[in-house]
Amino acid sequence: MAVMLEARGLGYGYPGRAVGRDLDLALGAGEVLCVLGPNGGGKTTLFRTLLGLLEAQAGQVRLRGESLDALPRGEVARRMGYVPQGHAAQFAFTVRDVVLMGRTAHIGLFAAPGAADRAAADRAIEVLGIGELAERVVTELSGGERQLAMIARALAQGARLLVLDEPTASLDFGNQVRVLRELRRLAADGYAVVFSSHDPGQAFLAASGVLLLVRGGALRQGTPEDVITADNLRQVYGVDVRVTAVDGVRACLPVL
Amino acid sequence: MTRRSRAVVYAGAALGLVVLTVLAFGAGRFPLSLAELAALAANKLFGAGYEVAPTVETVVLQVRGPRILAALLVGAALAAAGTAYQGMFRNPLVSPDILGVSAGAALGAVLGIFFSQSALVIQLGAFAGGLAAVGLVYAVGANVRRHDPILSLILAGIVLGTLLGAFIALIKYLADPYNQLPAITYWLLGSLAAVAPSDLALAAPFALAGLVPLYLLRWRMNLLSLSDDEARALGVPVARLRLAVVCAATLMTAAAVAISGIIGWVGLLIPHAARMLVGPEFSRLLPLAMVLGAAFLLAVDTLARTVAPIELPPGVLTALIGTPFFLWLFVSARRAWQ
Repeated sequence: MAVMLEARGLGYGYPGRAVGRDLDLALGAGEVLCVLGPNGGGKTTLFRTLLGLLEAQAGQVRLRGESLDALPRGEVARRMGYVPQGHAAQFAFTVRDVVLMGRTAHIGLFAAPGAADRAAADRAIEVLGIGELAERVVTELSGGERQLAMIARALAQGARLLVLDEPTASLDFGNQVRVLRELRRLAADGYAVVFSSHDPGQAFLAASGVLLLVRGGALRQGTPEDVITADNLRQVYGVDVRVTAVDGVRACLPVL
Repeated sequence: MTRRSRAVVYAGAALGLVVLTVLAFGAGRFPLSLAELAALAANKLFGAGYEVAPTVETVVLQVRGPRILAALLVGAALAAAGTAYQGMFRNPLVSPDILGVSAGAALGAVLGIFFSQSALVIQLGAFAGGLAAVGLVYAVGANVRRHDPILSLILAGIVLGTLLGAFIALIKYLADPYNQLPAITYWLLGSLAAVAPSDLALAAPFALAGLVPLYLLRWRMNLLSLSDDEARALGVPVARLRLAVVCAATLMTAAAVAISGIIGWVGLLIPHAARMLVGPEFSRLLPLAMVLGAAFLLAVDTLARTVAPIELPPGVLTALIGTPFFLWLFVSARRAWQ
């Protein structure tokens, strides 16, 4: 199985402040990694480092076996799609225009999107089932619709690896489920997916692996069943949680 | 907006510009009829032999022609620069002088007037002052670490603009109140009355040099409206692209300001109005903003020289017309920029 994303001995943080260190991870096609951790636990910092937006303090990130530092920015974009947390739209671009922006790394510096780019954008829109939103402007979409548009943009990049920073944050229950369903579907289609979340239960629903972060680095890593335990969750979040199973699906129940 | 309704908007704007230009040639203290204009145009363009009074030729070619061309050039340049800056700063309330180009140009021109230099030196001083101010702002903004680069640029622009304003005030205070002060005030209010063909020949290449990169990068400009992280993750070298846009927009604005003095509001309002018509997509927005900017400034300048017995400064007129329009936008037209 092809390793899409790999981190070895990764140290990440901001100049003068280490957030985490000695992180190893490997993600193959069809796998979904859910990154959990408390507020300020370094999820976004880790993601920015994986994306090459923040220089690694130690170790390295590899995309399909090649070091991130050695790849030009455009090639990184063709290998790894990014869905930011809460895209703040300033201007009233249509969904189609926004998804087309995902094609940047395929379009020459002075060129405009061509027929192939438009087709790729339309395909991404179709995959997400948001065809009826294509001509709507992003500033008028609901949070859930906008999140689907952002995922479509990442798909339009043509990358087989997707990094999503809290894709279900501030979405209503239905939209959270819809986004998780899309992540699972994409993994079944052979995408490798990394996403962060504040809800450990989502790992049982959509992830094949879990990375539990605390300040200072990874606390645990493994399958959701192994990592999401009452003990670990108490250590990370400082609250009591019961991990139970309903009809064979595990769920986390906080003890109040 | 469909392709067809966009085409209607473009065609309407272009037609409006043509009609305005003809009107501007005709209107003034020495009114010209359409027949006279047509006869002169036929003579000049196709070598027809209509009889045209020499005064008509002088008025059209020497007096109104350069002024009309200057209005078109300055209006289009300011609108294009404003469009680029509003997209880049992700803020629809930004104008082309946000990074201090006007303040720098003003100081350059005011110094030229203070030291009794020729018109050419004053223009060059304005042009160089504008470029230098933005260069300084950019250098300061780029060296601020651990802050949002956009915010750093804007703050550096505001601070440096204030400093330059203080120098201008100082020179005004020291200037000869009978000869120099009126010239300084006149320059700061903006005017196209004194534009000569040679001024145009000087400014047009620089304005064009600024327009070319904006046109070439027209699709990529859209990416600057995303957050830096998003744009970089999509493969855009954000810092380099931003520098290119600052250079291009500054070149255009400085070239415009050098021949017209400071004319506000065009660069803020026109991109806004164009965005309401065709949306924020830069490659659709830029041409329309340029046509509307040219038309707006031409209309304002024609009014400035015809409505009153004395000439009004167009910089004042743009503000008089622009502010109510802006307030109306601000209150009612939310959707265009949210």
